[in-house]
Amino acid sequence: MSLLERRKEDIERHLAKYPQKQSAVMPLLYIAQEEYGYITEEAMEEIASIVDTDVTQVRGIVGFYTMYYSQEKGKYLIQICTDLPCALRGAEAFSAKVCEALGIQPGETTDDGLFTVENVMCIGACDRAPVIQVNFKFYENMDMDSFNDLIEALRREHDAMQPYSHE
Amino acid sequence: MTHILLRELDIPDIGKMEVYLANGGYDGLKKALSDHQPDDVINIVRESGLRGRGGAGFPAGVKWSFVPKDVFPKYVCVNADESEPGTFKDRQLMENNPHQLIEGALICAYAIQASAVYIYIRGEYWDIADHLDRKIAEARKKGFIGKNILKSGWDCEVYTHRGAGAYICGEETALLESLEGKRGQPRLRPPFPASEGLYAKPTVINNVETLSNVPYILVNGADAYREIGEGDSPGTKIFCLSGCVNKPGNYELPFGGETTFRKLIFEMGGGIPDGKQIKAILPAGASAAILPATDEVLDTPIVYGAFRAWGTDIGSASVIVLDEMVDIAWAAKKMINFFSHESCGQCTPCREGTYWLSRLYKRMDSGQADAGDIQTMDAVAAQMEGKCICALGEFAVNPVRATIKHFPEDYERAVGNGRLSRR
Repeated sequence: MSLLERRKEDIERHLAKYPQKQSAVMPLLYIAQEEYGYITEEAMEEIASIVDTDVTQVRGIVGFYTMYYSQEKGKYLIQICTDLPCALRGAEAFSAKVCEALGIQPGETTDDGLFTVENVMCIGACDRAPVIQVNFKFYENMDMDSFNDLIEALRREHDAMQPYSHE
Repeated sequence: MTHILLRELDIPDIGKMEVYLANGGYDGLKKALSDHQPDDVINIVRESGLRGRGGAGFPAGVKWSFVPKDVFPKYVCVNADESEPGTFKDRQLMENNPHQLIEGALICAYAIQASAVYIYIRGEYWDIADHLDRKIAEARKKGFIGKNILKSGWDCEVYTHRGAGAYICGEETALLESLEGKRGQPRLRPPFPASEGLYAKPTVINNVETLSNVPYILVNGADAYREIGEGDSPGTKIFCLSGCVNKPGNYELPFGGETTFRKLIFEMGGGIPDGKQIKAILPAGASAAILPATDEVLDTPIVYGAFRAWGTDIGSASVIVLDEMVDIAWAAKKMINFFSHESCGQCTPCREGTYWLSRLYKRMDSGQADAGDIQTMDAVAAQMEGKCICALGEFAVNPVRATIKHFPEDYERAVGNGRLSRR
Protein backbone atom coordinates (compact mmCIF):
# COMPACT_ATOMS: atom_id res chain seq x y z
CA MET A 1 0.00 0.00 0.00
CA SER A 2 1.39 3.38 -0.93
CA LEU A 3 1.92 6.19 1.56
CA LEU A 4 -0.86 8.15 -0.11
CA GLU A 5 -3.26 5.24 0.37
CA ARG A 6 -2.23 4.79 3.97
CA ARG A 7 -2.34 8.43 5.04
CA LYS A 8 -4.35 10.30 2.39
CA GLU A 9 -6.07 12.66 4.81
CA ASP A 10 -2.89 13.74 6.61
CA ILE A 11 -1.00 14.19 3.36
CA GLU A 12 -3.74 16.33 1.86
CA ARG A 13 -3.98 18.41 5.02
CA HIS A 14 -0.28 19.26 4.76
CA LEU A 15 -0.41 19.93 1.03
CA ALA A 16 -3.24 22.39 1.64
CA LYS A 17 -1.07 24.46 4.00
CA TYR A 18 1.32 25.70 1.33
CA PRO A 19 0.96 27.50 -1.99
CA GLN A 20 3.79 25.35 -3.37
CA LYS A 21 3.69 21.59 -3.03
CA GLN A 22 7.40 21.18 -2.38
CA SER A 23 6.97 22.81 1.03
CA ALA A 24 5.14 19.67 2.14
CA VAL A 25 8.27 17.53 1.75
CA MET A 26 9.23 17.78 5.42
CA PRO A 27 5.83 16.91 6.92
CA LEU A 28 5.40 14.12 4.37
CA LEU A 29 8.77 12.67 5.31
CA TYR A 30 7.63 12.59 8.94
CA ILE A 31 4.50 10.72 7.88
CA ALA A 32 6.63 8.21 5.98
CA GLN A 33 8.85 7.75 9.01
CA GLU A 34 5.84 7.15 11.23
CA GLU A 35 4.56 4.52 8.80
CA TYR A 36 7.80 2.66 8.02
CA GLY A 37 10.07 3.42 10.99
CA TYR A 38 12.58 5.11 8.71
CA ILE A 39 12.68 6.80 5.31
CA THR A 40 12.61 4.12 2.63
CA GLU A 41 13.74 4.63 -0.96
CA GLU A 42 10.18 3.91 -2.12
CA ALA A 43 8.82 6.56 0.24
CA MET A 44 11.26 9.14 -1.11
CA GLU A 45 10.20 8.32 -4.65
CA GLU A 46 6.54 8.53 -3.78
CA ILE A 47 6.96 11.82 -1.91
CA ALA A 48 8.92 13.26 -4.83
CA SER A 49 6.05 12.41 -7.14
CA ILE A 50 3.41 13.74 -4.74
CA VAL A 51 5.12 17.13 -4.39
CA ASP A 52 6.24 17.17 -7.99
CA THR A 53 9.97 17.31 -7.51
CA ASP A 54 12.99 15.17 -8.27
CA VAL A 55 13.80 12.32 -5.91
CA THR A 56 17.34 13.70 -5.62
CA GLN A 57 15.90 16.77 -3.90
CA VAL A 58 14.10 14.58 -1.41
CA ARG A 59 17.23 12.49 -0.77
CA GLY A 60 19.16 15.71 -0.16
CA ILE A 61 16.66 16.76 2.47
CA VAL A 62 16.73 13.40 4.22
CA GLY A 63 20.52 13.62 4.35
CA PHE A 64 20.55 17.21 5.59
CA TYR A 65 18.20 17.00 8.57
CA THR A 66 19.10 14.82 11.54
CA MET A 67 15.52 13.84 12.40
CA TYR A 68 15.02 11.75 9.25
CA TYR A 69 16.53 8.29 9.40
CA SER A 70 17.83 6.25 6.50
CA GLN A 71 17.74 3.08 8.56
CA GLU A 72 15.63 1.69 11.31
CA LYS A 73 16.35 2.71 14.89
CA GLY A 74 15.26 1.06 18.10
CA LYS A 75 11.58 1.20 18.96
CA TYR A 76 12.45 3.76 21.62
CA LEU A 77 14.96 6.36 20.51
CA ILE A 78 16.64 7.75 23.62
CA GLN A 79 18.37 11.04 22.94
CA ILE A 80 20.52 12.44 25.70
CA CYS A 81 21.52 16.07 25.53
CA THR A 82 25.25 16.31 26.23
CA ASP A 83 25.69 19.84 24.93
CA LEU A 84 27.48 22.45 27.02
CA PRO A 85 24.74 23.59 29.45
CA CYS A 86 23.70 20.01 30.18
CA ALA A 87 27.31 18.82 30.35
CA LEU A 88 27.92 21.43 33.06
CA ARG A 89 25.24 19.62 35.05
CA GLY A 90 26.63 16.13 34.65
CA ALA A 91 25.01 15.01 31.40
CA GLU A 92 28.13 13.32 30.01
CA ALA A 93 28.49 11.15 33.09
CA PHE A 94 24.76 10.45 32.97
CA SER A 95 25.00 9.37 29.33
CA ALA A 96 27.85 7.02 30.17
CA LYS A 97 25.76 5.42 32.93
CA VAL A 98 22.75 5.07 30.63
CA CYS A 99 24.89 3.35 28.02
CA GLU A 100 26.36 1.06 30.65
CA ALA A 101 22.89 0.18 31.96
CA LEU A 102 21.70 -0.72 28.46
CA GLY A 103 24.99 -2.37 27.47
CA ILE A 104 25.46 -0.28 24.33
CA GLN A 105 27.51 2.65 23.06
CA PRO A 106 26.01 5.96 21.84
CA GLY A 107 24.59 5.38 18.36
CA GLU A 108 23.91 1.69 19.01
CA THR A 109 20.69 -0.26 19.45
CA THR A 110 20.05 -2.98 22.02
CA ASP A 111 19.94 -6.53 20.65
CA ASP A 112 16.20 -6.79 21.24
CA GLY A 113 15.71 -3.75 18.97
CA LEU A 114 13.99 -1.80 21.73
CA PHE A 115 16.40 0.98 22.61
CA THR A 116 18.74 3.21 20.63
CA VAL A 117 20.86 5.73 22.52
CA GLU A 118 22.21 8.91 20.97
CA ASN A 119 24.05 11.85 22.44
CA VAL A 120 22.57 14.99 20.90
CA MET A 121 23.07 18.74 20.71
CA CYS A 122 20.99 21.20 22.75
CA ILE A 123 17.29 20.30 22.89
CA GLY A 124 16.10 23.38 24.76
CA ALA A 125 15.67 22.11 28.31
CA CYS A 126 18.98 23.25 29.81
CA ASP A 127 17.35 24.31 33.07
CA ARG A 128 16.19 20.74 33.69
CA ALA A 129 19.37 18.80 32.95
CA PRO A 130 20.12 15.97 32.69
CA VAL A 131 17.39 15.76 30.08
CA ILE A 132 16.49 13.14 27.52
CA GLN A 133 13.90 12.70 24.83
CA VAL A 134 12.34 9.35 24.12
CA ASN A 135 10.76 9.45 20.68
CA PHE A 136 10.81 13.26 21.05
CA LYS A 137 8.98 13.32 24.35
CA PHE A 138 10.84 15.16 27.11
CA TYR A 139 11.96 13.53 30.37
CA GLU A 140 13.66 16.06 32.60
CA ASN A 141 15.80 16.31 35.74
CA MET A 142 16.82 12.71 35.19
CA ASP A 143 18.92 10.49 37.39
CA MET A 144 19.59 6.75 37.14
CA ASP A 145 16.62 5.91 39.38
CA SER A 146 14.15 7.78 37.22
CA PHE A 147 15.86 6.43 34.10
CA ASN A 148 15.57 2.81 35.26
CA ASP A 149 11.91 3.37 36.13
CA LEU A 150 11.33 4.80 32.67
CA ILE A 151 13.02 1.84 30.98
CA GLU A 152 10.86 -0.55 33.00
CA ALA A 153 7.72 1.33 32.00
CA LEU A 154 8.72 1.28 28.33
CA ARG A 155 9.42 -2.46 28.47
CA ARG A 156 5.98 -3.03 30.01
CA GLU A 157 4.38 -0.84 27.36
CA HIS A 158 6.14 -2.82 24.66
CA ASP A 159 5.17 -6.18 26.15
CA ALA A 160 1.54 -5.10 26.47
CA MET A 161 1.51 -4.30 22.76
CA GLN A 162 2.73 -7.74 21.71
CA PRO A 163 0.02 -9.97 20.22
CA TYR A 164 -0.95 -12.95 22.37
CA SER A 165 0.81 -16.00 21.07
CA HIS A 166 -0.20 -19.68 21.29
CA GLU A 167 2.81 -21.93 21.59
CA MET B 1 7.30 42.71 38.87
CA THR B 2 4.33 41.86 36.71
CA HIS B 3 5.35 39.92 33.66
CA ILE B 4 4.64 41.03 30.12
CA LEU B 5 5.75 37.74 28.61
CA LEU B 6 5.88 34.98 31.23
CA ARG B 7 2.36 35.86 32.29
CA GLU B 8 1.62 32.37 33.57
CA LEU B 9 3.71 33.32 36.60
CA ASP B 10 1.03 35.89 37.50
CA ILE B 11 -2.01 34.17 35.94
CA PRO B 12 -1.43 30.40 36.04
CA ASP B 13 -3.96 29.39 33.37
CA ILE B 14 -3.18 32.15 30.87
CA GLY B 15 -2.68 29.45 28.23
CA LYS B 16 -6.40 28.73 28.22
CA MET B 17 -8.43 30.76 25.77
CA GLU B 18 -11.09 31.88 28.24
CA VAL B 19 -8.48 32.94 30.81
CA TYR B 20 -6.44 34.72 28.16
CA LEU B 21 -9.55 36.55 26.93
CA ALA B 22 -10.57 37.48 30.47
CA ASN B 23 -7.16 39.06 30.97
CA GLY B 24 -7.09 41.28 27.92
CA GLY B 25 -6.29 38.55 25.44
CA TYR B 26 -6.77 39.40 21.76
CA ASP B 27 -7.57 43.01 22.73
CA GLY B 28 -4.41 44.05 20.90
CA LEU B 29 -5.62 42.38 17.72
CA LYS B 30 -9.12 43.82 18.13
CA LYS B 31 -7.68 47.28 18.68
CA ALA B 32 -5.37 46.97 15.67
CA LEU B 33 -8.21 45.93 13.39
CA SER B 34 -10.83 48.42 14.63
CA ASP B 35 -8.76 51.51 15.46
CA HIS B 36 -5.74 51.41 13.19
CA GLN B 37 -4.71 51.25 9.58
CA PRO B 38 -1.97 48.66 8.94
CA ASP B 39 0.65 51.43 8.61
CA ASP B 40 -0.36 52.86 11.98
CA VAL B 41 0.36 49.50 13.57
CA ILE B 42 3.82 49.47 12.02
CA ASN B 43 4.39 52.99 13.36
CA ILE B 44 3.26 52.07 16.86
CA VAL B 45 5.63 49.09 16.97
CA ARG B 46 8.42 51.23 15.53
CA GLU B 47 7.83 53.93 18.14
CA SER B 48 7.81 51.31 20.89
CA GLY B 49 11.44 50.58 20.05
CA LEU B 50 10.83 46.81 20.30
CA ARG B 51 13.96 45.01 19.13
CA GLY B 52 14.25 41.49 17.77
CA ARG B 53 14.73 39.01 20.59
CA GLY B 54 16.20 36.23 18.49
CA GLY B 55 19.70 37.62 18.88
CA ALA B 56 20.36 40.37 16.38
CA GLY B 57 18.29 43.02 18.17
CA PHE B 58 17.06 44.67 14.98
CA PRO B 59 14.10 47.03 15.57
CA ALA B 60 10.96 45.04 14.73
CA GLY B 61 8.86 47.96 13.48
CA VAL B 62 11.64 49.05 11.15
CA LYS B 63 11.84 45.52 9.77
CA TRP B 64 8.10 45.56 9.14
CA SER B 65 8.32 48.96 7.42
CA PHE B 66 10.67 47.55 4.76
CA VAL B 67 7.87 45.37 3.36
CA PRO B 68 6.60 46.76 0.04
CA LYS B 69 2.93 47.79 0.04
CA ASP B 70 1.97 46.71 -3.46
CA VAL B 71 3.25 43.14 -3.73
CA PHE B 72 1.01 40.23 -2.74
CA PRO B 73 0.80 37.69 -1.20
CA LYS B 74 2.93 38.44 1.84
CA TYR B 75 3.93 36.21 4.70
CA VAL B 76 4.88 36.23 8.35
CA CYS B 77 7.23 33.54 9.61
CA VAL B 78 7.57 32.98 13.32
CA ASN B 79 11.03 31.77 14.17
CA ALA B 80 10.43 29.08 16.78
CA ASP B 81 13.48 27.08 15.80
CA GLU B 82 15.02 27.79 19.19
CA SER B 83 18.27 25.81 19.04
CA GLU B 84 21.05 27.96 20.48
CA PRO B 85 22.71 26.02 23.29
CA GLY B 86 21.32 27.40 26.54
CA THR B 87 18.12 28.83 25.04
CA PHE B 88 14.74 27.61 26.25
CA LYS B 89 12.55 30.72 26.52
CA ASP B 90 10.43 30.32 23.39
CA ARG B 91 9.57 26.85 24.56
CA GLN B 92 8.14 28.23 27.81
CA LEU B 93 6.26 30.98 25.95
CA MET B 94 4.69 28.49 23.54
CA GLU B 95 3.87 25.97 26.23
CA ASN B 96 2.33 28.38 28.72
CA ASN B 97 1.22 31.49 26.86
CA PRO B 98 0.64 30.40 23.26
CA HIS B 99 -2.25 32.73 22.47
CA GLN B 100 -0.07 35.75 23.12
CA LEU B 101 2.31 34.54 20.41
CA ILE B 102 -0.54 33.79 18.00
CA GLU B 103 -2.04 37.22 18.68
CA GLY B 104 1.31 38.96 18.20
CA ALA B 105 1.90 37.13 14.93
CA LEU B 106 -1.60 38.07 13.71
CA ILE B 107 -1.01 41.74 14.57
CA CYS B 108 2.23 41.62 12.59
CA ALA B 109 0.41 39.91 9.72
CA TYR B 110 -2.26 42.62 9.72
CA ALA B 111 0.38 45.36 9.82
CA ILE B 112 2.07 44.09 6.68
CA GLN B 113 -1.18 42.70 5.20
CA ALA B 114 0.05 39.13 5.09
CA SER B 115 -2.27 36.30 4.14
CA ALA B 116 -0.52 33.54 6.07
CA VAL B 117 1.61 33.00 9.16
CA TYR B 118 3.97 30.03 9.34
CA ILE B 119 5.30 29.11 12.75
CA TYR B 120 8.57 27.29 12.05
CA ILE B 121 9.15 25.20 15.16
CA ARG B 122 12.11 22.94 15.79
CA GLY B 123 11.23 19.28 15.29
CA GLU B 124 12.37 18.31 18.78
CA TYR B 125 9.53 20.42 20.20
CA TRP B 126 7.19 17.76 18.83
CA ASP B 127 4.47 18.00 21.46
CA ILE B 128 4.64 21.80 21.53
CA ALA B 129 3.84 21.91 17.80
CA ASP B 130 0.75 19.77 18.46
CA HIS B 131 -0.12 22.05 21.36
CA LEU B 132 0.16 25.11 19.09
CA ASP B 133 -2.04 23.42 16.47
CA ARG B 134 -4.75 23.01 19.11
CA LYS B 135 -4.38 26.65 20.18
CA ILE B 136 -4.55 27.80 16.55
CA ALA B 137 -7.78 25.84 16.17
CA GLU B 138 -9.18 27.58 19.26
CA ALA B 139 -8.28 30.98 17.85
CA ARG B 140 -9.86 30.08 14.52
CA LYS B 141 -13.07 29.07 16.28
CA LYS B 142 -13.19 32.50 17.93
CA GLY B 143 -12.84 34.20 14.56
CA PHE B 144 -9.28 35.48 15.08
CA ILE B 145 -7.96 33.37 12.21
CA GLY B 146 -9.47 32.65 8.80
CA LYS B 147 -11.67 34.66 6.47
CA ASN B 148 -12.82 38.20 7.26
CA ILE B 149 -11.16 38.27 10.68
CA LEU B 150 -13.36 40.14 13.20
CA LYS B 151 -15.35 41.44 10.21
CA SER B 152 -12.40 43.51 9.05
CA GLY B 153 -12.36 42.11 5.53
CA TRP B 154 -8.83 40.79 6.10
CA ASP B 155 -8.10 37.06 5.70
CA CYS B 156 -5.20 35.27 7.34
CA GLU B 157 -4.28 31.67 8.07
CA VAL B 158 -1.84 30.39 10.71
CA TYR B 159 0.08 27.14 10.31
CA THR B 160 2.85 25.30 12.10
CA HIS B 161 5.77 23.79 10.24
CA ARG B 162 8.14 21.39 11.97
CA GLY B 163 11.87 21.61 11.44
CA ALA B 164 13.88 18.42 11.57
CA GLY B 165 16.98 18.95 13.67
CA ALA B 166 19.03 21.65 12.01
CA TYR B 167 20.27 24.60 14.09
CA ILE B 168 20.96 26.54 10.92
CA CYS B 169 17.23 26.83 10.21
CA GLY B 170 17.06 29.45 12.96
CA GLU B 171 18.96 31.67 10.51
CA GLU B 172 16.10 33.48 8.83
CA THR B 173 16.91 32.75 5.21
CA ALA B 174 17.76 29.12 5.97
CA LEU B 175 14.37 28.96 7.67
CA LEU B 176 12.75 30.17 4.44
CA GLU B 177 14.61 27.60 2.36
CA SER B 178 13.53 24.88 4.76
CA LEU B 179 9.93 26.06 4.65
CA GLU B 180 10.08 25.87 0.87
CA GLY B 181 11.01 22.20 1.18
CA LYS B 182 14.73 22.51 0.59
CA ARG B 183 17.93 21.97 2.55
CA GLY B 184 18.26 24.70 5.14
CA GLN B 185 21.10 26.64 3.59
CA PRO B 186 21.18 30.43 4.07
CA ARG B 187 20.63 32.77 1.14
CA LEU B 188 22.93 35.53 0.04
CA ARG B 189 21.53 38.99 0.79
CA PRO B 190 20.33 41.19 -0.85
CA PRO B 191 17.54 40.63 -1.61
CA PHE B 192 16.36 40.74 1.99
CA PRO B 193 13.32 38.71 3.04
CA ALA B 194 11.24 41.88 3.51
CA SER B 195 11.22 42.27 -0.26
CA GLU B 196 11.86 38.70 -1.45
CA GLY B 197 11.32 36.13 1.27
CA LEU B 198 9.13 33.04 1.31
CA TYR B 199 8.35 31.98 -2.28
CA ALA B 200 10.18 35.20 -3.26
CA LYS B 201 7.33 37.24 -1.74
CA PRO B 202 7.63 39.94 0.95
CA THR B 203 8.12 38.26 4.32
CA VAL B 204 8.68 39.28 7.91
CA ILE B 205 10.50 36.79 10.11
CA ASN B 206 10.40 37.43 13.85
CA ASN B 207 11.34 35.44 16.91
CA VAL B 208 8.66 34.02 19.24
CA GLU B 209 9.63 36.36 22.09
CA THR B 210 9.62 39.43 19.82
CA LEU B 211 6.07 38.78 18.62
CA SER B 212 4.90 37.91 22.13
CA ASN B 213 5.62 41.55 23.09
CA VAL B 214 3.37 42.97 20.39
CA PRO B 215 -0.11 42.53 21.99
CA TYR B 216 1.08 44.49 25.07
CA ILE B 217 2.34 47.31 22.84
CA LEU B 218 -0.95 47.54 20.94
CA VAL B 219 -3.06 47.56 24.10
CA ASN B 220 -0.91 49.90 26.19
CA GLY B 221 0.76 52.00 23.53
CA ALA B 222 4.34 52.66 22.53
CA ASP B 223 4.97 55.15 25.33
CA ALA B 224 3.88 52.72 28.04
CA TYR B 225 6.20 50.11 26.56
CA ARG B 226 9.09 52.55 26.47
CA GLU B 227 8.61 53.24 30.17
CA ILE B 228 9.85 49.72 30.78
CA GLY B 229 13.50 49.11 30.10
CA GLU B 230 16.08 51.72 29.23
CA GLY B 231 17.10 53.91 26.30
CA ASP B 232 17.39 51.99 23.05
CA SER B 233 16.50 48.75 24.85
CA PRO B 234 12.85 49.13 25.82
CA GLY B 235 10.79 46.42 27.42
CA THR B 236 11.76 43.28 29.25
CA LYS B 237 13.95 40.38 28.24
CA ILE B 238 13.66 36.74 29.13
CA PHE B 239 17.02 35.52 30.37
CA CYS B 240 17.57 31.77 30.06
CA LEU B 241 19.85 30.96 32.95
CA SER B 242 21.71 27.65 32.84
CA GLY B 243 24.97 25.96 33.72
CA CYS B 244 26.64 26.27 37.13
CA VAL B 245 23.83 27.96 39.00
CA ASN B 246 21.51 26.85 41.80
CA LYS B 247 18.21 27.85 40.21
CA PRO B 248 18.41 27.62 36.44
CA GLY B 249 15.37 28.77 34.50
CA ASN B 250 13.77 31.63 32.61
CA TYR B 251 13.71 35.04 34.26
CA GLU B 252 11.97 38.02 32.73
CA LEU B 253 13.62 41.30 33.70
CA PRO B 254 13.43 44.85 32.36
CA PHE B 255 16.44 46.04 30.39
CA GLY B 256 18.91 48.32 32.18
CA GLY B 257 18.54 49.75 35.67
CA GLU B 258 19.05 47.08 38.29
CA THR B 259 19.23 44.26 35.77
CA THR B 260 22.78 42.98 35.95
CA PHE B 261 24.40 39.58 35.72
CA ARG B 262 24.97 39.79 39.48
CA LYS B 263 21.25 40.16 40.10
CA LEU B 264 20.36 37.47 37.57
CA ILE B 265 22.87 34.89 38.71
CA PHE B 266 23.10 35.51 42.45
CA GLU B 267 19.67 36.90 43.31
CA MET B 268 17.33 35.22 40.84
CA GLY B 269 19.50 32.18 40.19
CA GLY B 270 20.50 31.59 43.79
CA GLY B 271 24.24 31.74 43.14
CA ILE B 272 26.79 29.08 42.31
CA PRO B 273 26.38 25.54 43.67
CA ASP B 274 28.72 24.01 46.24
CA GLY B 275 30.19 27.34 47.33
CA LYS B 276 32.22 27.64 44.14
CA GLN B 277 33.33 30.93 42.61
CA ILE B 278 31.99 32.15 39.30
CA LYS B 279 34.61 32.16 36.55
CA ALA B 280 32.94 33.23 33.32
CA ILE B 281 29.64 33.96 31.61
CA LEU B 282 28.50 33.03 28.14
CA PRO B 283 25.94 35.82 27.59
CA ALA B 284 24.28 34.33 24.50
CA GLY B 285 24.82 30.62 24.36
CA ALA B 286 27.65 29.42 22.18
CA SER B 287 27.35 32.33 19.77
CA ALA B 288 28.64 35.38 21.60
CA ALA B 289 32.10 35.89 23.07
CA ILE B 290 32.70 34.72 26.62
CA LEU B 291 32.87 37.27 29.45
CA PRO B 292 35.24 36.85 32.39
CA ALA B 293 33.08 37.27 35.50
CA THR B 294 34.75 40.42 36.82
CA ASP B 295 32.93 42.83 39.13
CA GLU B 296 32.68 45.25 36.23
CA VAL B 297 30.94 42.65 34.05
CA LEU B 298 28.70 41.47 36.87
CA ASP B 299 27.55 45.00 37.76
CA THR B 300 27.00 46.44 34.29
CA PRO B 301 23.30 47.18 33.68
CA ILE B 302 22.24 44.91 30.84
CA VAL B 303 21.06 46.63 27.67
CA TYR B 304 21.79 45.91 24.03
CA GLY B 305 25.40 46.91 23.42
CA ALA B 306 26.35 47.04 27.11
CA PHE B 307 29.18 44.60 26.56
CA ARG B 308 30.47 46.08 23.32
CA ALA B 309 33.79 46.91 24.96
CA TRP B 310 34.25 43.19 25.62
CA GLY B 311 33.38 42.38 22.01
CA THR B 312 30.14 40.63 22.91
CA ASP B 313 26.42 41.20 23.29
CA ILE B 314 23.44 39.66 25.05
CA GLY B 315 21.97 38.22 21.84
CA SER B 316 19.14 35.87 22.75
CA ALA B 317 20.20 36.20 26.43
CA SER B 318 20.90 32.52 26.95
CA VAL B 319 23.21 33.00 29.91
CA ILE B 320 25.43 30.00 30.65
CA VAL B 321 27.34 30.28 33.92
CA LEU B 322 30.76 28.65 34.27
CA ASP B 323 32.29 28.15 37.72
CA GLU B 324 35.95 28.07 38.73
CA MET B 325 36.19 24.32 38.12
CA VAL B 326 35.29 24.58 34.45
CA ASP B 327 38.15 24.19 32.02
CA ILE B 328 37.40 26.89 29.45
CA ALA B 329 39.24 25.01 26.70
CA TRP B 330 36.87 22.08 27.34
CA ALA B 331 33.87 24.42 27.09
CA ALA B 332 35.26 25.85 23.84
CA LYS B 333 35.69 22.32 22.47
CA LYS B 334 32.03 21.56 23.21
CA MET B 335 30.95 24.75 21.44
CA ILE B 336 33.14 24.14 18.39
CA ASN B 337 31.84 20.58 18.11
CA PHE B 338 28.37 22.08 18.10
CA PHE B 339 29.15 24.50 15.28
CA SER B 340 31.01 21.88 13.29
CA HIS B 341 28.02 19.54 13.61
CA GLU B 342 25.56 22.28 12.68
CA SER B 343 27.45 23.93 9.81
CA CYS B 344 25.24 23.60 6.74
CA GLY B 345 28.25 22.92 4.54
CA GLN B 346 27.45 25.58 1.98
CA CYS B 347 30.35 27.98 2.35
CA THR B 348 33.97 26.95 2.62
CA PRO B 349 35.22 29.07 5.55
CA CYS B 350 32.53 27.70 7.86
CA ARG B 351 32.45 24.11 6.62
CA GLU B 352 36.23 23.66 6.59
CA GLY B 353 36.97 26.09 9.42
CA THR B 354 34.69 24.48 11.98
CA TYR B 355 35.96 21.06 10.88
CA TRP B 356 39.61 22.03 11.33
CA LEU B 357 38.90 23.69 14.63
CA SER B 358 37.15 20.59 15.93
CA ARG B 359 40.19 18.55 14.81
CA LEU B 360 42.51 20.89 16.70
CA TYR B 361 40.43 20.63 19.87
CA LYS B 362 40.38 16.87 19.48
CA ARG B 363 44.15 16.88 19.23
CA MET B 364 44.38 19.02 22.34
CA ASP B 365 41.99 16.65 24.09
CA SER B 366 44.22 13.69 23.21
CA GLY B 367 47.29 15.34 24.72
CA GLN B 368 48.99 15.71 21.34
CA ALA B 369 48.78 19.49 21.08
CA ASP B 370 51.83 21.71 21.25
CA ALA B 371 51.99 25.41 22.07
CA GLY B 372 51.85 26.31 18.37
CA ASP B 373 48.39 24.73 18.11
CA ILE B 374 46.87 27.49 20.21
CA GLN B 375 48.05 30.03 17.63
CA THR B 376 46.79 27.77 14.85
CA MET B 377 43.35 27.64 16.47
CA ASP B 378 43.26 31.40 16.73
CA ALA B 379 44.49 31.78 13.15
CA VAL B 380 41.94 29.36 11.69
CA ALA B 381 39.16 31.18 13.51
CA ALA B 382 40.51 34.56 12.40
CA GLN B 383 40.47 33.41 8.79
CA MET B 384 36.76 32.61 9.01
CA GLU B 385 35.86 36.02 10.35
CA GLY B 386 33.86 38.17 7.93
CA LYS B 387 33.98 35.57 5.17
CA CYS B 388 30.90 33.44 5.77
CA ILE B 389 27.49 33.65 4.10
CA CYS B 390 25.62 33.72 7.38
CA ALA B 391 26.17 34.43 11.05
CA LEU B 392 26.74 30.78 12.05
CA GLY B 393 30.26 30.88 10.64
CA GLU B 394 30.87 34.20 12.32
CA PHE B 395 29.53 32.91 15.64
CA ALA B 396 31.86 29.92 15.49
CA VAL B 397 34.81 32.28 15.70
CA ASN B 398 33.82 33.53 19.16
CA PRO B 399 34.21 30.39 21.27
CA VAL B 400 37.79 30.11 20.01
CA ARG B 401 39.19 33.61 19.86
CA ALA B 402 37.50 34.99 22.97
CA THR B 403 38.35 32.01 25.16
CA ILE B 404 42.00 32.07 24.06
CA LYS B 405 42.09 35.81 24.72
CA HIS B 406 40.51 35.74 28.18
CA PHE B 407 41.63 32.35 29.46
CA PRO B 408 45.01 31.56 27.84
CA GLU B 409 46.09 29.67 30.99
CA ASP B 410 43.41 27.01 30.38
CA TYR B 411 44.82 26.38 26.91
CA GLU B 412 48.44 26.42 28.06
CA ARG B 413 47.62 23.90 30.75
CA ALA B 414 45.99 21.63 28.17
CA VAL B 415 49.08 21.55 25.95
CA GLY B 416 50.65 18.13 26.22
CA ASN B 417 48.50 17.47 29.24
CA GLY B 418 45.86 15.01 28.13
CA ARG B 419 42.15 15.24 28.31
CA LEU B 420 40.04 18.36 28.40
CA SER B 421 37.28 17.84 30.88
CA ARG B 422 34.51 19.42 32.84
CA ARG B 423 36.44 18.82 36.14
